Amino acid sequence: MSGNLLEVKGLKKYYPVQKGFLNSTAGYVKAVDDISFSIRRGETFGLVGESGCGKSTAGRSLLRLMEPTAGEILFEGRDITKLSAGELRKQRREMQMVFQDPFSSLDPRHTVERILEEPMIVHRTGNARERRAAVDKLADVVGLAKSQLQRYPHQFSGGQRQRIGIARALALQPKLIVADEPVSALDVSIQSQVINLMQDLQHEFGLTYLFIAHDLSVVKHICDRVAVMYLGRIIEITDKHSLYAHPQHPYTKALLSAVPEPDPDIRKQRIILQGEVPSPANAPVGCSFHTRCPQAMEVCRKERPPLLETDSAHFTACHLYDGTIHSQLA
Amino acid sequence: MSQPTIHATSPSNVPAKEASGPWRDAWRAFRKNKTAMLGLGIILFFVMIALLAPWIAPYDYKEQELVNRLKPPSAQHWLGTDDLGRDLFSRLIYGARISLWVGFFSVIGSMIAGTILGVLAGFYGKWIDMLISRMFDILLAFPSILLAIAIVAILGPSLQNALYAIAIVNIPTYGRLVRAKVLSLRTEEYITAARAIGMKDSRILITHILPNSLTPIIVQGTLGIAHAIIEAAALGFLGLGAQPPDPEWGKILSDSRQFIQKAPWTVIFPGLSIMLTVLGFNLIGDGLRDVLDPRMKK
Repeated sequence: MSGNLLEVKGLKKYYPVQKGFLNSTAGYVKAVDDISFSIRRGETFGLVGESGCGKSTAGRSLLRLMEPTAGEILFEGRDITKLSAGELRKQRREMQMVFQDPFSSLDPRHTVERILEEPMIVHRTGNARERRAAVDKLADVVGLAKSQLQRYPHQFSGGQRQRIGIARALALQPKLIVADEPVSALDVSIQSQVINLMQDLQHEFGLTYLFIAHDLSVVKHICDRVAVMYLGRIIEITDKHSLYAHPQHPYTKALLSAVPEPDPDIRKQRIILQGEVPSPANAPVGCSFHTRCPQAMEVCRKERPPLLETDSAHFTACHLYDGTIHSQLA
Repeated sequence: MSQPTIHATSPSNVPAKEASGPWRDAWRAFRKNKTAMLGLGIILFFVMIALLAPWIAPYDYKEQELVNRLKPPSAQHWLGTDDLGRDLFSRLIYGARISLWVGFFSVIGSMIAGTILGVLAGFYGKWIDMLISRMFDILLAFPSILLAIAIVAILGPSLQNALYAIAIVNIPTYGRLVRAKVLSLRTEEYITAARAIGMKDSRILITHILPNSLTPIIVQGTLGIAHAIIEAAALGFLGLGAQPPDPEWGKILSDSRQFIQKAPWTVIFPGLSIMLTVLGFNLIGDGLRDVLDPRMKK
């Protein structure tokens, strides 16, 4: 099977900013501002960016855990933004989520067994005995012992809890899993375990991942294609090889230069960005990055650069790579 | 699903741990709390007395012996007699039934009503929250005893109506508590996770929100029983609660207050009974709070 499992078109999530006691809307925080991308069946699509850039909001909106303000989300060609509450609940079997914080994403009053069985109860899959068997299998798959099923979340370590969270997401045999920074709350040594587990599961069950992260080395390890977000917009999408070898957008270059190099002898040029990330409530006109961009031009202050194919399968939203503007300048 | 079978890793050598769960852990910690256990002891003592009243009480609580009026404690009447020659010890024993009954059931009533309203307000928010919260505000705007008196005045003075009045007056205490707890739980990740699974709101409420908001309600409820007993005694004292000859502690107290100098035992012992029960419930409540509320842990 090939093709796109998920297509996102013009997804927006705006939060109204209310002022005064009459709650008049004074403006919007554009957490996610018109992003479009597609995820192919079986791939791992990375969504990276610094904190506050809207990547988690994007992940949650496309599962409709938050209602998107505008846009289409086509899952296997079906627009899930138009589903009714009941249809959406059924649709959730196909798309599951792994959360960032393994300490708050599991109900402290439920045993692991109950946590893993619950999705199947909700969707009325199988009878009690079949569900028990499925729970045992799930535990087995993520490396939990059968004897641990009667325990409560607080009796597990962070890595184990995250594996419980992954097992829960697998319980309904979904096609897509949105992993919202699944390893950033874990120790480095545990991170690799969880990442490897996720990769193994992907091969075994033919899963498609949307992997949200801020750690570029983790993304490099697991993702096939990567989208870089800045201030609610996608500024660069490409496969990971060309992103790491030939980053185009100045922001991506700065991000990549900040990845620590394990070899102390390698001297590399770090690009230090000046200033702060502007508030998404008051995003700059034109290119949202122009306030900090070392290569900003006049046009960047006026016009918002569109996401263009600047190289084969390499999309960048930057005037530097927009041929028409260069020809005008020349 | 096709799974690889991994049998080698199933650890059979792991020692069976003592059964554990949030409630069992709490009970284990509670047992170590000496003052809370003392409170529990006091309450169990009174509960036993109340349950076994007909077998323990040496006399009938209604039986008047007019020749033995206002007799001090003696071998026949351990705690003396009242102005109608009734055995005070027997009356207090039967009184335990009334006070505990009022305490438990008024609290259960306000707890159920308060929890339902609080959950609705906290979970659905918007105008539902507005409506319910303002209702609580109105109830809280009156001094509780005054409101209780008004309710009893409308319904007519009787023990049962006093119970209703106390229950109604205390609804906002539980309602606001639950609402606040639900508001904070609603943003918890595991509630989002439950929604991501495709769970209905009603199921999320029952299986996730309610069990997790139970601990503050239980603590408040235990402390609330003490409060309710005092309120019942106060209503009894004012003649709005239990009617003669029912041996309600507050009523005994008010009937005997004119003899406080001549026969102090008629006032001291019912007062002591009220104080001990209230103390018992307060000690349990404080202990439960220490055990169940992680922020209080040191």
